[in-house]
Amino acid sequence: MSSLSPTPGKAFDYAPAPESRAAVDIAASYGLFIDGKFTEAADGGTLKTVNPATEEVLAEVAVGGAADVDRAVKAARKAFKSWSALPGSERAKYLFRIARLIQEHGRELAVLETLDNGKPIRESRDSDVPLVAAHFFHYAGWADKLGHAGFGPDPKPIGVAAQVIPWNFPLLMLAWKIAPALAAGNTVVLKPAETTPLSALRFAEICVEAGLPAGVVNIVTGAGETGRAVVAHPDVDKVAFTGSTPVGKEIIRTVAGTGKKLTLELGGKAANIVYDDAALDSAIEGIVNGIFFNQGQVCCAGSRLLVQESVAEQVLEMLTRRLGTLRLGDPLDKNTDVGAINSAAQLDRIKNLVAAGDAEGAERWTAPCEIPAKGFWFPPTVFTGVTQAHRIAREEIFGPVLSVLTFRTPAEAVEKANNTPYGLSAGVWTEKGAKALWTAQRLRAGVVWTNTFNRFDPASPFGGFKESGFGREGGRQGLEAYLDV
Amino acid sequence: MLSAFPADPAEVTSSEAALSRFLHGLPGIDKVGAESRAAMLGTRSIKKDAKAFAIDLAISMIDLTTLEGADTPGKVRALCAKALHPDPSAPDAPRPAAICVYPDLVGIAKEALGKAPVNVASVATAFPSGRAALDIKLADVAQAVQAGADEIDMVIDRGAFLSGRYQQVFDEIVAVKAACGSAHLKVILETGELSTYDNVRRASWLAMLAGADFIKTSTGKVGTNATLPVTLIMMEAVRDFRAATGRQIGVKPAGGIRTTKDAIKYLVLVNETAGPDWLTPDWFRLGASSLLNDLLMQRQKLATGRYSGPDYVTVD
Repeated sequence: MSSLSPTPGKAFDYAPAPESRAAVDIAASYGLFIDGKFTEAADGGTLKTVNPATEEVLAEVAVGGAADVDRAVKAARKAFKSWSALPGSERAKYLFRIARLIQEHGRELAVLETLDNGKPIRESRDSDVPLVAAHFFHYAGWADKLGHAGFGPDPKPIGVAAQVIPWNFPLLMLAWKIAPALAAGNTVVLKPAETTPLSALRFAEICVEAGLPAGVVNIVTGAGETGRAVVAHPDVDKVAFTGSTPVGKEIIRTVAGTGKKLTLELGGKAANIVYDDAALDSAIEGIVNGIFFNQGQVCCAGSRLLVQESVAEQVLEMLTRRLGTLRLGDPLDKNTDVGAINSAAQLDRIKNLVAAGDAEGAERWTAPCEIPAKGFWFPPTVFTGVTQAHRIAREEIFGPVLSVLTFRTPAEAVEKANNTPYGLSAGVWTEKGAKALWTAQRLRAGVVWTNTFNRFDPASPFGGFKESGFGREGGRQGLEAYLDV
Repeated sequence: MLSAFPADPAEVTSSEAALSRFLHGLPGIDKVGAESRAAMLGTRSIKKDAKAFAIDLAISMIDLTTLEGADTPGKVRALCAKALHPDPSAPDAPRPAAICVYPDLVGIAKEALGKAPVNVASVATAFPSGRAALDIKLADVAQAVQAGADEIDMVIDRGAFLSGRYQQVFDEIVAVKAACGSAHLKVILETGELSTYDNVRRASWLAMLAGADFIKTSTGKVGTNATLPVTLIMMEAVRDFRAATGRQIGVKPAGGIRTTKDAIKYLVLVNETAGPDWLTPDWFRLGASSLLNDLLMQRQKLATGRYSGPDYVTVD
């Protein structure tokens, strides 16, 4: 080897590889999508939606008031009569058409979602949009088989569904709500989050392109007030909400005694349990995916890492080394792993809870990444020395912040994992199948992932225990929320 | 990683039982997890300057290989000429790291390459099956070394490995290493025959403990050759081995890597698994033959903006 000097290699810097913005055509302003047409809000109210990575205003969007919501519910009520009377196989045709159009517009929808939400294009392109299409395909398949779903031979739809969705997976949450509702024969009034309305509005255009009858899907944009009006409207038969636990509690109070059916998918503080006999390299990937996917703005995020004491030091060393390779920056760059936080308000909330972690004596480690000058950003952060008493172990941070706790025995792992008011998801990492099953059976969480995390499939029901809500979305079980059973 | 690794590596190789305990005590590998990690790294988008950097780096890492029964001195000389002048239209194109041939053609290759900074690597030890007595394998190695080979690519005895006779595999590698003298030893695990990722990790550690300078995926002679997930496991192994022992080992995926796109995926995987310390021909090689021309065509395209096609690179 005389000719080759053993010197270490040079840094391999990836050149910027931004996805083209030309894929989207964002209008200066958008109205409300009611009865198959875009219309202005009755009182002319608007809000601005911004790109959280640059703080650039993307568009002005109408704010629906009580009168607009009333118009939307009336349109949905009118459409319900004929939509619910269609044979399931006919409804399926529309849903299949929507699913195909979503695939055809895949790149555009991914770019739009990334611009409005701040999530990396790799996630919107490889995760969000394919799952959206998959959900429509899945429920299109159910539309003519409702009698075989386990809810009686001829289950009936409920009526008009009021649906309020969050900003973390705008189009995916829309799909989770609209696809089963339409398959079962309901009509919907959906209120997207105020910071991420654009993909829902583009979806409205796709409904028109698919020839969906007017009034079957109505999109009323706005903020909290609009959401309240949608939920409280007396002619709504069913309310479905995904979002924070405090708002979920408010909705329960609003709906109480009205006879409206209700499903809620709320917050979480998931435990990700790593046993000492886990496949550690994969566990590290699972921890990273669990808490840094979508900047940790995921209700089922694995925000509490419970690691067995005998491997804790090793896992932390491997984890921090791995976090050093995460690429934070322009969400449109195809090589970005960590994008922007969705809003200034959310960034403040993350900062406050991180400050609480510091004040309570946990040890903070921050990934070495450069933070862009403009926009809302928070670097991947790990707290060690966290105990169950710390706020960062109990409260949902909804950001790229991992709290690390340790345990000694499987029983202790389960006890700590369940010791939270939430119960949405959990993860178990072990190469021993029996131990994985033993643990999963004892975890009070709607979803338990084994040797993986944040894996979604339209055939798999998703939902919570305790303060994480009730009702299931996805799969056969997800139909129940939209059938009169 | 492997904080439990003993301070003296001789401890784990002191007996067959100790070796077996150690190899079976390595953390397991989750197949789904490893494959999805490799697939994710495959989505990295390498453009412009980064692409130019990666293409030249990949060319400089190639072990330009001909391992056919039909190989002749003329074929080997032509391959050496290709290594010396990879792209006659672009004298700045880097040269591959080595020429890889059978032992009886090492002398021809040495002569053809002269003093140029291109190594000669020779497969040996009854390549590709490894099914011969140890003295035959050592004689094979000795012949290649005597003819001037700078690097020896040996194969492990997969039969012994799969039946749990780790000590035998270990001892063979130690013996081959001794026979190599100053030549560098690459140990071919033939991962396509090991069937599980856990076995790939165990075989990697076994080879490293026995004194391998490089661990290599494949002979190119079985159905499954180098894959990204297998290379991921091996990069993790060399990374962890250096952390445990301070000794750096190289990695060489071989077989089936034909396009620039593939080669860049491997470089990204190296970069984000073991780190840029491995991004040099000293520590990472690509065993390939047709890959070189694809890299050269992409290189021409970056330089001229046009894709000129296969008749503008030489076929040897």
